[in-house]
Amino acid sequence: MTIIDKTMSVPGPRGGSESDGPLLEVRDLHVEFHTRDGVAKAVNGVNYTVDAGETLAVLGESGSGKSVTAQAIMGILDMPPGRIPQGEIRFRGEDMLTMSNEERRKIRGQKIAMIFQDALSALNPVLSVGYQLGEMFRVHQGMSKKQAKAKAIELMDRVRIPAAKERVNDYPHQFSGGMRQRIMIAMAMALEPDLIIADEPTTALDVTVQAQVMDLLAELQQEFNMGLILITHDLGVVADVADKIAVMYAGRIVETAPVHELYKRPAHPYTRGLLDSIPRLDQKGQELYAIKGLPPNLTRIPGGCAFNPRCPKAEDICRTDVPVLHQVSEQGGGEIAGRGSACHFWKETIHG
Amino acid sequence: MPDTSSTTLTATEETAAAPADVVKTEQRKPRSLWGDAWFELRHRPMFWVSAILLVILLLIAAFPGLFTSADPTKGDLTNHFLSKPELTHFFQPDWFGYDGQGRSIYARVIHGTRNSILVGVGVTAAVTFLGGLLGMLAGYFGGLIDSVISRLTDIFFGIPFLLGTMVVLNAFTDRKVYVVVLALTFLGWTSIARVTRSSVITAKQADYVTAARALGASTTRMLFRHVMPNALAPTIVVATIALGGYISAEATLSYLGLGLSEPAISWGIDISEASKAIRDNPHALMFPAGMLTLTVFAFIMLGDAVRDALDPKLR
Amino acid sequence: MAELNKGDEPMDATPNVSEVDASGAAATESAAVEAIEAPVERGEPILQVRNLVKHFPLTQGIVLKRQIGAVKAVDGISFDLYQGETLGIVGESGCGKSTVAKLLMLLEKATAGEVYYKGQDITRLSGRALKAVRRNIQMVFQDPYTSLNPRMTVGDIIGEPYEIHPEAAPKGDRRRKVQDLLDVVGLNPEYINRYPHQFSGGQRQRIGIARGLALNPEIIICDEPVSALDVSVQAQVINLMEKLQDEFNLSYLFIAHDLSIVRHISDRVGVMYLGKMAEIGTDQQIYDHPTHPYTQALLSAVPVPDPEAREGRERIILTGDVPSPANPPSGCRFRTRCWKAQDKCSTEVPLLAVPERFKGADTPAAHESACHFAEEKDVVHAA
Repeated sequence: MTIIDKTMSVPGPRGGSESDGPLLEVRDLHVEFHTRDGVAKAVNGVNYTVDAGETLAVLGESGSGKSVTAQAIMGILDMPPGRIPQGEIRFRGEDMLTMSNEERRKIRGQKIAMIFQDALSALNPVLSVGYQLGEMFRVHQGMSKKQAKAKAIELMDRVRIPAAKERVNDYPHQFSGGMRQRIMIAMAMALEPDLIIADEPTTALDVTVQAQVMDLLAELQQEFNMGLILITHDLGVVADVADKIAVMYAGRIVETAPVHELYKRPAHPYTRGLLDSIPRLDQKGQELYAIKGLPPNLTRIPGGCAFNPRCPKAEDICRTDVPVLHQVSEQGGGEIAGRGSACHFWKETIHG
Repeated sequence: MPDTSSTTLTATEETAAAPADVVKTEQRKPRSLWGDAWFELRHRPMFWVSAILLVILLLIAAFPGLFTSADPTKGDLTNHFLSKPELTHFFQPDWFGYDGQGRSIYARVIHGTRNSILVGVGVTAAVTFLGGLLGMLAGYFGGLIDSVISRLTDIFFGIPFLLGTMVVLNAFTDRKVYVVVLALTFLGWTSIARVTRSSVITAKQADYVTAARALGASTTRMLFRHVMPNALAPTIVVATIALGGYISAEATLSYLGLGLSEPAISWGIDISEASKAIRDNPHALMFPAGMLTLTVFAFIMLGDAVRDALDPKLR
Repeated sequence: MAELNKGDEPMDATPNVSEVDASGAAATESAAVEAIEAPVERGEPILQVRNLVKHFPLTQGIVLKRQIGAVKAVDGISFDLYQGETLGIVGESGCGKSTVAKLLMLLEKATAGEVYYKGQDITRLSGRALKAVRRNIQMVFQDPYTSLNPRMTVGDIIGEPYEIHPEAAPKGDRRRKVQDLLDVVGLNPEYINRYPHQFSGGQRQRIGIARGLALNPEIIICDEPVSALDVSVQAQVINLMEKLQDEFNLSYLFIAHDLSIVRHISDRVGVMYLGKMAEIGTDQQIYDHPTHPYTQALLSAVPVPDPEAREGRERIILTGDVPSPANPPSGCRFRTRCWKAQDKCSTEVPLLAVPERFKGADTPAAHESACHFAEEKDVVHAA
C-alpha cells in the first residue's frame, strides 16, 4: 500500500519553470479560529492541486472547511480570529502566504477571482452594475470611463444578459437572482483570470436557473482554459461539471477521485454514506440510509479518524490513529490514478 | 464510548452526539442568551471599573451620612473661600475646602450625588418606559398606530432637546427632582422609541413569532413572551449610554439656573457658583466638576460594556 | 392511500359541506367544533382546498395609500389532502408554495377561495372552532435557526402549545409530556432546560417537529423542512418524519423545492408555477409520466448525483427567469418560457384537468395537467 498523503501532490524538484507545475497547489494547509469556547480547527492539513482547464470540486457539509480553504487561498480570511499556523498555497509555484500584501493583491482579482453564493450581498447596492463591472478595467487597466462601460456591456453580453446595453446602468436589485449570479460571473471573468473559485455558486438559485448558470460557467472555463475550484455541498451539481472531486470532512480531505469513479465506487465510508442518503429522482426508494450523529464540533474533533463516531465500519484503530490519504488501487493491485482515501479500511469500503 | 447496539432512529443522533456532549454538559450548563451576555460582561475589565465606580456612587447617593457628617447647607463665613483644600484631611469637612458661603465643598459634592443620580436614573427609567411602550406599540401593530406614533416621535425629535427642556422648566419656580425628571423625559423619549420600534419590527418577523401565531397564541403572549425579550437588547444599550447624558443635562440646566432650585444641592448649581470666582478659587469648581465627569464617565463606560456584551455585532 | 381514480373526480365540485352557517350562534359553533373533532377515515379527504387566491396589494404613498397593483402569489388553486398521505408541493421560488402554507395555517387571510377541513371552511371560522382547527393543523418551518425563540428553553418551546391550549394537557403532566416528545424525535429528554443555540441545525429541526407534535395534530404542514440542513442530516430528519407519520397517523403537506426529496416522501405531488397548479398526480405519474412542459423542464434540470445516468438524460434548459407574479403573462403562465407555446396559450388559460387525449385511457399519463398541449415525456430516466 502506498501512502500518498503529502508526497503525492508535491511536484518534481523545485526550480523548474513556472508553467510546469500545477496552477494552484495547496500544501498541508491548516487554519484555526480562536473563539471563546476554544480553538476551532477549521482546516487540518489540506492538500490539493488544480491545473489550468481543470475543474476541482470540493465537496463537504457545513463546517467541513471547504469554504475556509477557499478564503485562505483568496486571502480574505478574517485574521484574527483566523490564523494559518502552517501550510503553503502556491500559485504558479510561488507561495502566496509568504509574499507581500502588494504582490498578493496583484494576484487576487487579476489572476484568481471568486464567485460567491449570495450575489446580492456581494454586489454593491448603490452602484450600477455597469459601474461595478467597469471598475475592474478602470482600476487594473487604467481605462477611461467610456471604454470601461463599453467593456462592461461586452461582458454582460458574454454572460448572456439580455438587452445588456439598456441594462448596464441598472442596479443589482433590479436583476433577478440568476441574472445577478451572471453578473458575478462576468465580474470574476473580467480580467480573464487563470483560476476561479466558485463558492456554492448555484445554491441560492432555482433548479431551472441553476442549470443555465452552471452551463455558462463551464463554457467560459473551457474557452479561457481556466482552472476552476467549485465548492459545494450538492453531489448532483458536482456530478455535472467536475473533473475530479475532493471530499472534505472536519477540515481534512477524506477522499479524492475522478468524478465518475467517486459515484461508482466510493472508497470512504463518509462518501458512501452521503451518496446513499440522497433520495433518487428516478425511483422511489425505501427508507433512506442516514449517517448517524452529527458533524463534529471543530473545537473538539474526535481523536483518530474524525468520522469514527459516525462510521459503521469504525474499529479501535480508527479511534487512535489518524488515517493518511492512502493511494487507492484495484483489487489486483494496480493503482487507480488520482484516487485516495483517508480510511484505514478503504479496501473493504471500495472492494468489499 | 456509546453502546453500538442501539441502532433505532431514536438513538442514532444520541450515540454520536454523546462523546462531545459529555464534555459539554460538564463545563457548561444550560446557558441562556442573557447568561451569555453576563458571561461576556464579566470578562470585560471596562465593566468592572465602571461597576466599582457606580457602586461607590450609589452608596454615596443612598447614604451620604456614611461619608460625611458635615451639613452641606450650613455656611460659616469664617471659612469663606479662603481656606484652601486640605488634601490630607481625608473625609473631613475641609478636605476639599470651602465655597464662597463657607460651606464644605466635600459635603456638598457628597450630598449632590443623590440628586444627580436620581435625575439620571429617573429620566432613564421614565424614558425607557414611555419610549419603549410607544416604540413597541408602533412596531408591533404597525398601520395607523405606527403612523401616528412615528409622526409624533418625529415632531418631538425636531424640538431641540436642551432648549425645549429649558422652556418647559422655565414655567416652574420650585424645581424639585421630579420636575426636572419629567421635563427631561418630555423631550427625551424619542430616541428610545425609535430604537425600540425598529427592533420590535425585526423581532416580530421572526419565524418563532409566526409559529406562536400559528398555535393560536394571544397578542399579549406574542408581545411579552416572544417579541419583547428579543427586542429588548438595543433598548437597554441605548438607555444605559443615555443615562450619563441625562446627568450632564441636569448639571447643564442647573448651571443655567433652570435645573434644580436651591436649597436642593446639585453639582450644576455649585459649578455655576464656583465659576464666578474661578480665577482665585479654582478648587471650588474642580471638585463638583470632577465628580460630574467621573459619574458620566462611569455610566457611559457601563453602556459601552453592555453594548458589547448584548450586541457583539455593533463592535 | 390515494388511488389513481381519485384524480378523476372533478375538483371544482364543492365538497360535502356540513350545513353550518358561519355567522351562527353558539350552537353552530359547537356543531363546528364537533365536526372538527370527528375522526376521518384513512384515505378520505381531510383538507380540501378550492380556488384559493391570495393577492398582496401593491400600494403607493405613505399616508394616502393607493393600490397600484397586486402580487398574485396564489391565483386560484385547488387540491385535496387525504388522511394519512403525504402531498408534496414543488415549485421554484416565487411560485406561491410558501404562501399556500401560510394560507392553510391561517397566518394570511385568503383573498378568495375556501379551505375545507373536515367539511368546515376554516377561512371563515372564529372563536372556539378556530382554536380547535389550530390544534389539529400544525407547521414545521424551514429555518431551524429562526423558528425557535432563542430566549426560551427547549422545554418552554415544546411546552408552549400546552400553555396556549391548556385543555390539551393538565399542568402537572406537561413536563413529562415534553420529555416524551423529545424522546420521540430522538433527542435526549435531559436537554429540556437547554437553549436552542446549544443545538445543531438538525437537532433544532427535531425540536421544531416536537413542538408541532405536542398537540397531537392530524395535519402537519412542512414548509421546506430540510432544505436548511446538511445532506447527511437531511436523511435523518426525513426518516424521522416518515416514522412519525406512521406512529401518529399524520397527513403531511410537504412543500419543498428539492424534487428528489419530494419524490421520496410523497404519495402525491403537485407542481406549482407562478401561483397556479401546473400538474398534480401520484409520484409515479408526475416523475415517470409528466405531461406538463414545466414539470418536464423542472425534472430534467435536477442535477443527478450519477454522472453516467446524467449523460443519457435529455436536458431541457429553459431560457429566462420566472416572470414577476405582479404581472404574470396572459393565458398560460408558463408560455413565455415554453418551447411548445402557440397562440392559443396566450389567450386561453389552460385548466387543471385530465387532458382530453388521455381521458378514459388507462395510462399513468391520465392525470391532471394544466397544459393545452399536454404530452407525455420521460425526462428522468436515461434514454
